[in-house]
Amino acid sequence: MSETNANSNSKLHGLWALTNRELKKWYKAPVIFALSIVQPILWMGLLGKALNIGALFDPNSGSFPPLMLSPPLTVGQQVQLGQYFSGFTKYMFGASDYFSFMAVGMVAFSALFTTAFSGMSVVWDRRLGFLNKALSTPVSRAVIIFSKVLSATLRSMFQAGLIVVIALAFGLQFGEGFNPLYILGVFAMMFLLCVGLSSLFIAITIRSTRMETPMAVMNLITLPMMFASNAFFPTRFMPDWLQTVAKFNPMTYTTDAVRQLLIFATDWGQVGTDFLYVGVFAVIVATMGIVLSWRFLSK
Amino acid sequence: MSEIVKAEGLTKVFNKHLTAVDHVSFSVKHGEIFGFLGPNGAGKTTTINMLITILKPTEGKATVLGFDIAKQNGAVRNVIGVVPQEYTADEDLTGLENILLCSDMYGIPRRIAKERAEDLLKLVELTEFKDKKVQTFSGGMRRRLELACGLINRPKILFLDEPTLGLDVQTRTATWNYIRKLKQEYGMTLFMTTHYLEEADSLCDRVAIIDHGKIVVVGPPEELKHSLGGDIITIGIKEDADVSELIGKVENVKEVKKENGSYRIKAENGEVTAPSIIETLRKNGYNVAKLSLTEPTLNEVYLEYTGKSMRDAEESPEAFRAQRMTMWRARH
Repeated sequence: MSETNANSNSKLHGLWALTNRELKKWYKAPVIFALSIVQPILWMGLLGKALNIGALFDPNSGSFPPLMLSPPLTVGQQVQLGQYFSGFTKYMFGASDYFSFMAVGMVAFSALFTTAFSGMSVVWDRRLGFLNKALSTPVSRAVIIFSKVLSATLRSMFQAGLIVVIALAFGLQFGEGFNPLYILGVFAMMFLLCVGLSSLFIAITIRSTRMETPMAVMNLITLPMMFASNAFFPTRFMPDWLQTVAKFNPMTYTTDAVRQLLIFATDWGQVGTDFLYVGVFAVIVATMGIVLSWRFLSK
Repeated sequence: MSEIVKAEGLTKVFNKHLTAVDHVSFSVKHGEIFGFLGPNGAGKTTTINMLITILKPTEGKATVLGFDIAKQNGAVRNVIGVVPQEYTADEDLTGLENILLCSDMYGIPRRIAKERAEDLLKLVELTEFKDKKVQTFSGGMRRRLELACGLINRPKILFLDEPTLGLDVQTRTATWNYIRKLKQEYGMTLFMTTHYLEEADSLCDRVAIIDHGKIVVVGPPEELKHSLGGDIITIGIKEDADVSELIGKVENVKEVKKENGSYRIKAENGEVTAPSIIETLRKNGYNVAKLSLTEPTLNEVYLEYTGKSMRDAEESPEAFRAQRMTMWRARH
């Protein structure tokens, strides 16, 4: 059993094998795969249709609040109010309807949850001994971490694409001057965000040996990140302190870039700023996450 | 190279106060099965984890095939095979997919990996199950799959951490045969840890008994047992009298101890000595009520060197788990 090893010693060997191991758990398991498709549909249905914020400002909908005033408005007042409020949704959300606004927010939202799970799979690998096994092979420590990041990123990107398609079916309206090539921009943005987020979650959870820790961390981080951003509501209507928080939240920039590309009249200067911010976030957090995890794994 | 592994003063201290491995020195020779025997928590796994480069030693040094485990860990990883204590195979993948995943971690080209996987599956007799998901495998099959994974890079030395932990007696014996085959047919060197006395006795060429992080004695099982000075005869008489002195005069008897109304006698050539003890007792008017003759096991060796029996040293599973959690936490 002793002959020379003709093995490749490239620094990246094993990256795809380890990434694909994670992905197989997803695409080879029909139930999990189906659930990952159903989840965004449910969320979009619930948040976009149940929280029908658009209807509040639409004078043509039966639930336009001024119509319920008593004594009832005169026809003249109704017409006047109607003129006043038409275009209100556009002013508030920058889109012709709330659903389009929210559906795009969903893209970043799904990324947040998918990447949070990458932290959990690290804990699993530790508990089951797979991590130690991998550490005893010539696979680089950075590759072990990066395979987790990459698999979460690929999953999120797939989900992002899926959400756009589903949202279209539900009535998403593209902005003026939309070009199908902009979709590539959306994927690029998702890539940056997911690399950053999953590195963050992995760095946080790699030290824990119990399943409960990443769960608690996930709950603690995900919801504030979601709502202290422009994903579901424009930040300029938020209190000042929350606006400040949102200003630092990478979710805000991601969502803005995706909106600029898909449903707004694209402001390229703004898209550039968004990409710069999320890019810097991704590079810093990924470097930090990988260095921290690496140091931990090389103990 | 005759010395495959050489450790000098290898030490691991967790959290600055928990000394798991305390200055151990030993060497593993080419082509032998070397065993670390000791109760749970004695430091066996910590030692193996240092040798396979997962843990860095706090002090001391060790080489594997001449490569320093701390400074040349990449080189070490390339030439060793590891079969961990846990079942690490991915349950969602098939047997073959798991072996190929291992081969990818070593960067083995796919064509070569496939050939080797076929050979290894045949070796561990899993060929007909190779396309079944590991979920459906029994404990013994999983153990064999781990063995195959550990051999994919054609290692010069295979490290096995508790290779039969949790297996039933039959499966354990079968696993021993696979391990023996590796040594006999492929001339492999194996380093294993175990807390099963019979396993160390029947498999290992040389055994190091480890207790509280220290090696208390090293040697071939036969020699260790022999060094105790022969067999153990336990005898009980009907009469209520102390016959220790009388027994002590019999030829070949080395030591007599009275324990709970019976006599524990250390003697050479027990099969011959026992009848002469009976003879002597009868001549002096005593009647033997019961007699047993045991050849010493490694448990007696363990007892001799640590002052306690392996079984007593083995704590309850709960205490063991609690201790292990402490070790886990200490790592961070």
